[in-house]
Amino acid sequence: MRLRKVADRAVRGVFLANAILSAVVLLGILAFLLFYGVRTFSGTPLLKFLFGTVWNPDAYGEPSYGLLPLLLGSFASTAIALLIAIPLGIASAVFISERLKGWVRVTVKTLVELFAGFPSVVIGFFGLVVLAPLIARIFNVPSGLNLLNAGLLLGLMSLPTIISVADDALRVVPHSYREAAYALGATPWTTATRIVLPAARSGILAAVMLGFGRAVGETMAVLMVAGNAALMPKSLFDPIRTITSTIAIELGESAFGDTHFYSLFALGFVLFLLALATNLIAESLIKREKRSFTL
Amino acid sequence: MPESKITVEKLNLWFGENHVLKDVSFSIPPNAVTAIMGPSGCGKSTLLRTVNRMNDLILGTRVTGDIRIDGQSIFADTTDVIDLRKRVGMVFQKPNPFPKSILENVAFGPRIHRMGNHADIQQRVEQALRHANLWDEVKDRLHDNAFSLSGGQQQRLCTARCLSVEPEIVLLDEPASALDPHSTARLEELIRQLKQDYTVVIVTHNMQQAARVSDWCAFLMLGELVEFGRTENIFTKPKDRRTEDFLTGKFG
Ligand SMILES: Nc1ncnc2c1ncn2[C@@H]1O[C@H](COP(=O)(O)OP(=O)(O)O)[C@@H](O)[C@H]1O
Ligand SMILES: [Mg+2]
Repeated sequence: MRLRKVADRAVRGVFLANAILSAVVLLGILAFLLFYGVRTFSGTPLLKFLFGTVWNPDAYGEPSYGLLPLLLGSFASTAIALLIAIPLGIASAVFISERLKGWVRVTVKTLVELFAGFPSVVIGFFGLVVLAPLIARIFNVPSGLNLLNAGLLLGLMSLPTIISVADDALRVVPHSYREAAYALGATPWTTATRIVLPAARSGILAAVMLGFGRAVGETMAVLMVAGNAALMPKSLFDPIRTITSTIAIELGESAFGDTHFYSLFALGFVLFLLALATNLIAESLIKREKRSFTL
Repeated sequence: MPESKITVEKLNLWFGENHVLKDVSFSIPPNAVTAIMGPSGCGKSTLLRTVNRMNDLILGTRVTGDIRIDGQSIFADTTDVIDLRKRVGMVFQKPNPFPKSILENVAFGPRIHRMGNHADIQQRVEQALRHANLWDEVKDRLHDNAFSLSGGQQQRLCTARCLSVEPEIVLLDEPASALDPHSTARLEELIRQLKQDYTVVIVTHNMQQAARVSDWCAFLMLGELVEFGRTENIFTKPKDRRTEDFLTGKFG
């Protein structure tokens, strides 16, 4: 009995230490971003950073550090990605969870999960050599390295995440709900859309949020196909530059200690805020949905 | 033999290699409560779930023989499973309301079968809830989550949900096994009322319950139909030795 208590306490201690450690590391990174990031604003005013429409740190004479083109680049490509990946991902998850059985289901699920862990360079390469010429030809535009390509690729990359998490969410919906629906004469389609999906709402939402995170945070693939001109995009066929790409491209070329260098940390901080906001929104949505119960 | 609503004829069912129902033949009369009794694992649920073809959903199921409802084979190519399940309602062992409001639970069936406009459906919901003796308890809280009801109320809600699509037959699979004695008594009262409008088949391994609610009684053992007849006859003068042993508690 005593031994059990001691062991119990030890285990709890380990978990607590782990939790504290992760929190400390996370806060450390955050403090670091903030510490370096704020120094940007001794070189360029905060408002000019937040609302500037030109990002050109190398400009001769007066460099500009406008966040908007990058933010827009990230948002536009992510929006296109989710527009494709959410409906397709949820539909695939429904198909896998409700229609596939036995080893077929296991195989398909494994493949999807394998694809979720696919190296992004390879996917970027696919975008570069397959998608880009295709887009250029189909839409008759000079270059296929643009917003559309980036969006499609990001959609492709967040798809397996959404499918996999949504399928898990559908799987845990009790079988008795499905039986009740079938016994009333509901078709598999009606059962899936009117009973199973709504019952899995919060899990589906989590899937979408994770897909969003994957799209916003992706650097490599998008860097390879987006064209990377830091301009305000006006159409699907304009090149874009995302926040993550900018950090990846420019960190090596900026000199330690100058405004350009610090501005990249400010960008990192913006990325962090984006992630935080998504998580908070997701959580409040899940909470709200748990409280109210009318359809 | 009584007039027949459901005729089971030489029914055999296998789950893979497992021969679960063996040459079962009997007739279930209309507007009566027929109980299927027998020890655990003898195939009562399987028999019941064959009537609305819920076993179709289980991989590796094979059936021979026939079940006819009003003379029509339920396995015929011309039989639409969706339509069959609308005509043959089912209440499950554990109350299984949808994670929706009380109203939504009962409105689901009429909606998917497009049984009228919004007002018609409200009407049907009320009627079904009244039929299931639940209306007075829930009429002021129709938008509450169904899970806020007690177990007994949930089971009556599931009965109302089943009645909402106007079935001809109601199948109940040990509907009271998860309920307390008071809720069980209320449910049994409901089952006795249902036979005015429906053909009721109830599975139970509780013989007192079978004696209380049923008019006809089938006794199943190891997948075989041992005896079928009027409930009072089965209980007072069983013809088969095994029935007698079951009733006197020698097994089960
Ligand atoms: N879904 C299933 N898959 C395979 N075998 C099953 C399934 N359901 C029931 N069985 C088998 O069928 C037999 C009868 O089960 P069941 O009809 O549930 O009995 P009862 O309701 O009389 O307790 C048992 O041997 C059981 O193992
Ligand atoms: Mg059973």
